[in-house]
Amino acid sequence: MWIYEKKLQYPAWVEGCDLRIAKGLFAQYGGPDSELSAGIRYLSQRYTMPVKEVKAVLTDIGTEEMAHWEIIATLIYKIIDRADPEEMKKAGLDAQYIQHGHDVYPHDAAGVPWTAAYIQAIEDPVTNLTEDMAAEQKARTTYEHLINLTDDRGVIETLSFLREREVVHFQRFGESLRMVQEYMDKKKY
Amino acid sequence: MKIDRERLEMLKEIMAVDFSSIELNLYLDTHPMDQKALAIHNDYAIKLMKLKEEYQKKYAPLTHEIISKCPWEWIEEPWPWEIDYEMGGR
Ligand SMILES: [Fe+2]
Repeated sequence: MWIYEKKLQYPAWVEGCDLRIAKGLFAQYGGPDSELSAGIRYLSQRYTMPVKEVKAVLTDIGTEEMAHWEIIATLIYKIIDRADPEEMKKAGLDAQYIQHGHDVYPHDAAGVPWTAAYIQAIEDPVTNLTEDMAAEQKARTTYEHLINLTDDRGVIETLSFLREREVVHFQRFGESLRMVQEYMDKKKY
Repeated sequence: MKIDRERLEMLKEIMAVDFSSIELNLYLDTHPMDQKALAIHNDYAIKLMKLKEEYQKKYAPLTHEIISKCPWEWIEEPWPWEIDYEMGGR
């Protein structure tokens, strides 16, 4: 089960109101390589994982991704909350305002709604973990693209924290993959 | 939403210690025999428990699992996304 803790994992802050970057941040909220995709992917893959260490990794990283999803939503909320319809329109957020107002709905930077088709769980632990490692790299790259497009120090700092987490997750999944391979070699002989 | 300075400092400290604990948790998942990391994890666990207890006694619940006065304290604002963290990590 999960229990809600009334705190964020990182003190997300924004300096100004860079509405253009708020639109971009939806990539990590409801896009293919978003925190939402990551969390749902890892938590869906853990049931058939044969190695106990890796059951823990999938559960713990999956849980952390949901905390990152909340951080992204917080950044978006803090930026768009005070924006009026006219300001949103100027920043290319008119479709967002028309369909969702100031709510943080899981769609990507172009407005495409999130779908489970972005992720896979296919039982083979090597295949699953290889997808997970790729997912971490795709998320890292997305963070770098987002950081390149804003001057807001708060957004940059918060995204840099999230970017580093992707690097750590990639490392842990790499170790997990090696553990799974050792386990499968032992089973064979 | 602004919150009392001392409360904000303490909340940030809890967030920082909790983050260290999460990082060690992930590391230990794939290095379960690393005694040095385990010892650091256990130090953080004690520190975190004490800090959370103190914060919840002084300010507000972090989870619903603690004793509440009337009215039910859990519903009190601010929620995490509403807090002004004032320059984040600093
Ligand atoms: Fe991640």
